[in-house]
Amino acid sequence: MRVSLFVTCLSDLYFPEVAESVVRVLHRLGIACDFPAGQTCCGQPALNSGYLDEARTVARRMIDVFADAETVVTPSGSCCATVREYFPHLLKADPAEHRRAQAMAAKTFEFTEFLQKRLKVDWSRWDLPYSAVATFHYSCHNRGIGMSPDDILGLVRQFRGLKYRSLVKTEQCCGFGGTFAVKFGEISGAMVQDKIACVKATGADTLICNDGGCTLNIIGALHREGVNIQVKHVASMLDEAMKAGNNRQLYARRADGPATVPLHSCSCGHGVTAAGGGGAG
Amino acid sequence: MSHPLPIVAEDFKHRAAAAATNLRIAEIFDRSARGKDDLRRLAMPELPHPLDTRELAARIKNHTLQNLDRYLDQFASRVRDHGGHVHFAADGTQANQIITEIAQAASAGLIVKSKSMVSEEIELNHALQAAGLNVLETDLGEYILQLAGEKPSHIVTPMAHKPKEEVGQLFAAKLGIPYTDDPTALTKAARKVLRESFRAADMGIIGANFAVAETGTVVIVTNEGNGRFCSSRPRLLVCLMGMEKLVPQLKHVPIYLKLLAKSATGQRITCYTSMITGPKRAGDFDGPEEFHVVILDNGRSHVLAGEYRDALRCIRCGACLNACPIYRKIGGHAYDATYPGPIGSVISPLFTSLATYADLPSACSLCGACLEACPVRIDLPTQLIHLRSDVNKDGHSPLSWRLGFKGWKLGMSSGLLYRLGATFGRWFMKIGARDGWKHKLPATGGIWTRYRDVPVMPKPFHKRWADLQKELDEEGKDER
Ligand code: SF4
Repeated sequence: MRVSLFVTCLSDLYFPEVAESVVRVLHRLGIACDFPAGQTCCGQPALNSGYLDEARTVARRMIDVFADAETVVTPSGSCCATVREYFPHLLKADPAEHRRAQAMAAKTFEFTEFLQKRLKVDWSRWDLPYSAVATFHYSCHNRGIGMSPDDILGLVRQFRGLKYRSLVKTEQCCGFGGTFAVKFGEISGAMVQDKIACVKATGADTLICNDGGCTLNIIGALHREGVNIQVKHVASMLDEAMKAGNNRQLYARRADGPATVPLHSCSCGHGVTAAGGGGAG
Repeated sequence: MSHPLPIVAEDFKHRAAAAATNLRIAEIFDRSARGKDDLRRLAMPELPHPLDTRELAARIKNHTLQNLDRYLDQFASRVRDHGGHVHFAADGTQANQIITEIAQAASAGLIVKSKSMVSEEIELNHALQAAGLNVLETDLGEYILQLAGEKPSHIVTPMAHKPKEEVGQLFAAKLGIPYTDDPTALTKAARKVLRESFRAADMGIIGANFAVAETGTVVIVTNEGNGRFCSSRPRLLVCLMGMEKLVPQLKHVPIYLKLLAKSATGQRITCYTSMITGPKRAGDFDGPEEFHVVILDNGRSHVLAGEYRDALRCIRCGACLNACPIYRKIGGHAYDATYPGPIGSVISPLFTSLATYADLPSACSLCGACLEACPVRIDLPTQLIHLRSDVNKDGHSPLSWRLGFKGWKLGMSSGLLYRLGATFGRWFMKIGARDGWKHKLPATGGIWTRYRDVPVMPKPFHKRWADLQKELDEEGKDER
């Protein structure tokens, strides 16, 4: 299997480490990743602001850029939702274009979703190299891609070394919403303050958040209030845990293995083999 | 205690800003709306197939709307068959006039009214009072608001904004009872007035939760039983309904009753369900001697014909308001519309004019909580996006935004321009940054930095890709 990374503009510019972690994690799971040159943005800002012609132009371009991709993976839930929910909607006028948009939608996955639903990775194999008390912010756009809070929680709670604290109003939007945040600054401000008040109340030292938009919003508000809570994408945590596993040789290196074959735990409980290939363990 | 709603600004943006920074509003609406949202979440799974039921409810409504002319005809003739009168009103003015004339013709003294959002939409009470008629709201919440001279802040629980202490003060002043903030005592005081009124009233006005085409039946649900009093006791009854309230057959009603109760208040079923089919017949124990149905268009047929038809599926359960994080922050009054919250941001501009409510569709972070909550699966976020597009096309958005997105499109249409922009942006973000953070951005960005700092941009991913590949190659070699 080959994956093409759709980094998204926000992750490219603000959270490149997250994207690096995505590539590393996939690599260690035996999946090669390419990075189609010339990619920019999925068009979400224009779409959300009601500039549909502009969004359409950028969406068409995005489909072209990823025309040869077999599977597209992105660290951002909202960009994934834009491709999946809105590309076919935006481009429905022309049947040929609509088909291309549907094909693009069908091959695009958000990172955690890809790991959980396509690769069916058992995360409990990995220890975090540190102990963390973490809580979790449910990014709204996960709704659009069919990842419920329980789906994602089920994932992160498998990390060994992580103590989980539940968050009040988990499902309440953090107030980002693209241009909404500046069109209705006070509402957006009140929403993010509500969110960080809930996060603080958990006593957690780490907030897990899988969307660049939410993260930019939340880290900014935390920093403004001088609150020392780390905000982490699950890809970064997985990267750290895998690295610390210190038994890289056990990770699968089959680049062409069937995507749906679950990766089995090895007996030591740390490493993983895909399709039985233990490499030079 | 301060009054939670001193909002007087005349445009939505300022009202919303004032409300969002009023902690009292946030506290009240967070508690009431989120509380009901939680109840809904608990109640919904009691349905054997919640999602299928909602899909079915949506499909039945779609079918009805598709054939609305036919079902309206059928409904009207059934009502007439039973001896009722049917009036079609193109707008609020007409509906008000029709109802006023009915009341005047019957020389109605006291009119008792059960809760109806459509009557709020057309300001029926105002029209009746202007004609010298005496109309009394009998839903407890509406009764309190009528006494206080306030408008509903929620479509199901109209006095969501009003703390019990205020109700105590109001009753002490208006009903002359000693001050108490005990809800039971207050309810008893109201009940005394309302019971007397039901006995004395000549005319009742009700809304309709559903109307059955096949039988000419009007269905109303209440928790207080006031709807039943209004519809059975006075000799004259008027039902005011929006034309989209129809369902084809009686057998479809239970699906909606289940969904409505669960979505609105997390109840299994509402306490009172009244089904009214025509006036009192010979041998009937009670019921009105004269029965009128006023079917209101008021912008609905326009919506029916356009791309927003799905919005007419709405059963006014209020679940989208309760789920909405923006409604929870600003409350209902800030919208200054009959229908607040997500559904209101869609239908307010559609029922009146886009220009009047041009800001409402943008007052949403597109989080999707409303779609998730809606029992008839109205895709409110997508409708709001399309309304935003209409607002832009009609020239209601600032030129700077319109030009800005043209520029944005250009930048995003070329990998080279994008990367140039990134380099420039990174450089710009470094100016005036302290410890890797910017505390203030210019222009529109300043609204963002009112509440947040912004980190400076690190070296972007597209400039790290080559190194990352090398790193992974090395890792591969280690393994070999
Ligand atoms: S739009 Fe849906 S959730 Fe909102 S009031 Fe109508 S039926 Fe209820």
